Amino acid sequence: MIEIAEEHARRENATIITSVTMEIGALSGVVPEAMEFAFEACSKGTLADGATLEIRRIPALGHCQECGQECAMESLLVGCTACNSFALKILKGQEMALVELEID
Amino acid sequence: MCTDCGCAPPQPGHDHTHDHASRKIRVEENLLAKNQRLAMSNRVNFTAHQLFVLNLVSSPGSGKTSILERTLTDLKDSLQFSVLEGDQQTANDADRIAATGAPVKQINTGAGCHLDAHMVGHGVEGFDLKTTDILIIENVGNLVCPASFDLGEDHKVAVLSVTEGEDKPLKYPHMFQAADLMLINKIDLLPYLRFDIEQCKSFAHQVNPQIKIIELSCHSGEGMQEWYDWLSQGVKQKREAERD
Repeated sequence: MIEIAEEHARRENATIITSVTMEIGALSGVVPEAMEFAFEACSKGTLADGATLEIRRIPALGHCQECGQECAMESLLVGCTACNSFALKILKGQEMALVELEID
Repeated sequence: MCTDCGCAPPQPGHDHTHDHASRKIRVEENLLAKNQRLAMSNRVNFTAHQLFVLNLVSSPGSGKTSILERTLTDLKDSLQFSVLEGDQQTANDADRIAATGAPVKQINTGAGCHLDAHMVGHGVEGFDLKTTDILIIENVGNLVCPASFDLGEDHKVAVLSVTEGEDKPLKYPHMFQAADLMLINKIDLLPYLRFDIEQCKSFAHQVNPQIKIIELSCHSGEGMQEWYDWLSQGVKQKREAERD
């Protein structure tokens, strides 16, 4: 993640990254707290050293293949909120992306 | 070119009053984009060679290598396999596979907990892909991280052994959601265990209604034929898809 951020910052001739914004979906498998911890450790000595990390959590949304409803998904273990079916197609919630940088 | 910011050659009307101080830039890049690009390139390579490719995933000790040993031995006259073995350390698994006569390469990830598409792309370089029907990638024993990394395979195959507890699909839903086939291994031990196999299958279908399940024992041989039929069918379909 830091490599991608540095690559974009260098392309803009920036010398420092002051903030990093990410989108993490509820079903992405990424634990935001672990990402924050790792970011602080891994950014040392890079352009992002000392940068703030903002994580936007994206709630998951599923489309039920049985009843056609769209429903919020808190985890993979919860069925359709309308009909309880587990045949849900995930529409949103698997994001794991770097979306914005603030550079100088 | 503007020597301050590297922007385009001076154009009429180009002014240098723009601010070089702190600014925001949109990036919108998936963190796994690099792995996905490499996985796609692996997939193109595998498809060009009409290879049926499986990514075998499970917790450590479920019997992935033992299933492979028996499979390679039983099918050696009908299908040509190549095997990539992923482990943190040792070449023990590769030695076991090599003893069956199949081409094998060990990838040691060191401290890494999964294989990625880059390792696989280089891992297959020594194989004769033209004469291979099935490439099996045995991932590092881990039910968490390998779920997120596409290697360019046709299917993830999750192995679960009956000594592990029937609720594994609920505890590690991402893996069982990513897999197309689940092999329930060591069923010869069922009489000695309190493992509810129907409950296990229902948990797996809860996280993945489409997952196919085969119950087998690579020790007694029970259920292995159904796995072999699934493999042969996959090879056939891959070849037909290529021809179309």
